[in-house]
Amino acid sequence: MQAAEAVDLSLYVRPAEDGTSRMDLAIDGVDCAACLDDIEGAMKACAGVVSARLNLTTHRLAVVWRQSDIDASGLVAILARAGYRAYPFEQSRVEADEQRRSLWLLKCLAVAGFAAMNVMLLSISVWSGNVGDITPETRDFFHWLSALIALPAAAYAGQPFFRSAIAGVRAGKLNMDFPISLGICLALGMSVVETMLHGLEAYFDSALMLLLFLLCGRYLDQTMRRRTRAAAGNLAALKGEIAHRLSEEGAIVAVPVAALVAGNRILVRPGDRVPADGCILTGSSEIDTSIVTGETMRAKVGPGARVYAGTINFDGALTVEVTAAGEGTLLDDVARLVDKAGEARSRYMRLADRAARVYAPVVHAAAASTLVFWLIAGASVHDAIIIAISVLIITCPCALALAVPAVQVVASGHLFRAGVYLNAADALERLADIDTIVFDKTGTLTLPEPHVSNAAALPQDLLAAGARLAASSRHPLAMAVARIAPDLVPFEDAEEVAGAGVRAMVGGIEMRLGSASFCESDDGTAPSAPDVSLIHLRHGERRARIEIRQNLRPDARETVDRLRAMGYELRILSGDRPEAVLPLAATLGITNARGGLDPAAKIAEIEALRAQGRKVLMVGDGLNDAPALAAAHASLSPITAVDLAQAQADAVFLGERLAPVAQSLDVARQARSLMRQNLGIAVVYNLLAVPLAVVGLVTPLIAAAAMSGSSIVVTLNALRMRGVPRDPASQTPERKSPARLALVTKEHRS
Amino acid sequence: MNVLVYLVPIALVLGFGGLLAFLWSLKNGQYDDVEGTAYRILSDEDLPN
Repeated sequence: MQAAEAVDLSLYVRPAEDGTSRMDLAIDGVDCAACLDDIEGAMKACAGVVSARLNLTTHRLAVVWRQSDIDASGLVAILARAGYRAYPFEQSRVEADEQRRSLWLLKCLAVAGFAAMNVMLLSISVWSGNVGDITPETRDFFHWLSALIALPAAAYAGQPFFRSAIAGVRAGKLNMDFPISLGICLALGMSVVETMLHGLEAYFDSALMLLLFLLCGRYLDQTMRRRTRAAAGNLAALKGEIAHRLSEEGAIVAVPVAALVAGNRILVRPGDRVPADGCILTGSSEIDTSIVTGETMRAKVGPGARVYAGTINFDGALTVEVTAAGEGTLLDDVARLVDKAGEARSRYMRLADRAARVYAPVVHAAAASTLVFWLIAGASVHDAIIIAISVLIITCPCALALAVPAVQVVASGHLFRAGVYLNAADALERLADIDTIVFDKTGTLTLPEPHVSNAAALPQDLLAAGARLAASSRHPLAMAVARIAPDLVPFEDAEEVAGAGVRAMVGGIEMRLGSASFCESDDGTAPSAPDVSLIHLRHGERRARIEIRQNLRPDARETVDRLRAMGYELRILSGDRPEAVLPLAATLGITNARGGLDPAAKIAEIEALRAQGRKVLMVGDGLNDAPALAAAHASLSPITAVDLAQAQADAVFLGERLAPVAQSLDVARQARSLMRQNLGIAVVYNLLAVPLAVVGLVTPLIAAAAMSGSSIVVTLNALRMRGVPRDPASQTPERKSPARLALVTKEHRS
Repeated sequence: MNVLVYLVPIALVLGFGGLLAFLWSLKNGQYDDVEGTAYRILSDEDLPN
């Protein structure tokens, strides 16, 4: 294990008044119950730890300890020795909101459940009494009791629907919650009036049961979303990015990236990822900006140049002043384009809302005409109103409102296990519409890290020794060489020569790895492809020229073929030079490929496709892709993407494989067909129930049976998706710490 | 039927008690980690040695 440097984690430590401190850590590698004892045991055995509790659902550990005995990075080191990578994290605001909402929904669910069961108990007595010998006094007593329970319970548990309905009405849109709220209010109001008039029947139980079913759907949906959000939060924390901050006195302090603020000065050493956007104060170097622009050729930078978070520093040490996005910078441009592009997507209307827009006016009109019909037919006003309201109650879109969320929960669970985390609630529906897929090249079709591409052509023993030598260097190209044999112990006497390479004595002969001049082996021939970087290896008279490039993802060709077979049109839009893009496109058989595009040009291409009536899926990872990701109909990002791109993507996929793209589309298509089936079932139910209600045959008993029946059928239909056999090759084992796959370079070699 | 006058309220009070107990357990954080709790029951570390 590499000697871990002490990182100042005080940002994440929350001191309490009694002298203890508290910290939350995301833990990687938790896969069974034994880890629980392992981790908590290791923590509790440590002096100063007051309590440690691991949450197996979220893979997070809460530690309370006394800082006088051990500091935060000491705790992290103890966990590392126990075999778990841990990194402190702070819950994001979005996640905290989701958690609060899910707790609130659970409370509403509990209240609705309690009330529905007790009212049903009373209702069943009334129903059986109505065909038996119940006295009117007892019936009234039961109805008043039901009202006493139902009214406050519905006022509390119905809030999620009432609020959303009111918000919808204010925005001038009728969403699904409007007919729901109306149905519930009318059912309760009519029941109270009936109770006062000593009527035979009341609909308290229907209103509450409706609430109970709908809240179940909402809660499950919310739980799934929260779980995805927590997993994504852990992944972000476990990247554990650190920056080297220079203090006023010039001392170097390692701090988490989150602790940086504008104005800080940081040191970026060769081989480091630039931790934050900023401006170079001193030093010059070559920077690999492929994650920002897609360009695989390195750029030379010097004092005054801007550098962006996520780019990799190659040769020299840089001092950088952290800056916020300023006018005229690339970041500023991208942020502005993203804002503009996102407007189009916010106009997308969800399937359920589209259904509601048709559905609500139809049922309301049906209820109104029922009222008129009965009045004309000579029924009393009271009877006509009761029948009209019963039409509204029976059509209250219980199954309709469950139709989509039930499928969504099953489908997003499916994707979660396959290593695809959905960001947006309507992402599945939009993914199902797609007919054209646009890929970014660098970091999306190719792996984000460079690899040795001509390993087979080189003498294996020499290459293995070279990899061992490379392990002593932090140069990105050397790190790529070291990656071919990750477990090698570096040579003890290896010595790095700044700006040239690394050397060591191997078997009595000096071995060198580095630039052509350092190894005195420049034969003057050009590399085999324009996007290849060269690193030379020399051992005595044996020489090797190692070619390094960003390889295709291992299953890229297979996945591209599969997507083509599924009927999608494929394109590549890259920020890299065309001469680097075209050969790769040819390998994959994609004829429609363009290179050298800046963010605005990418958006323009996507808009042009949209103007042709195409629904575009954008798959990309770079800062330059972020606007295109926001503009496309749907978007996916690999987990290695920059934060801004990930924030725009509808879903993020883990791992080195490209298969999740095909899988997401597959699941989305299945989900959509199930959603449509479910909506169909709900409509059929209404076609059967409404005529009964219109002719006045619906009693509360029939309403209760019909409502629960249709809800159960819809839910069972959604569960059919669980039975779909998954593509065995494309499974990312969930428990085998997906985070590890996503992490960058150095940790792999520890 | 007079028996209903006190039996029904008793039933309701009991049900209400159950609801309160659930809300208390929710507030107490007992639903924060449903997976871990299932395993914790098997751990003996709370027993005196």
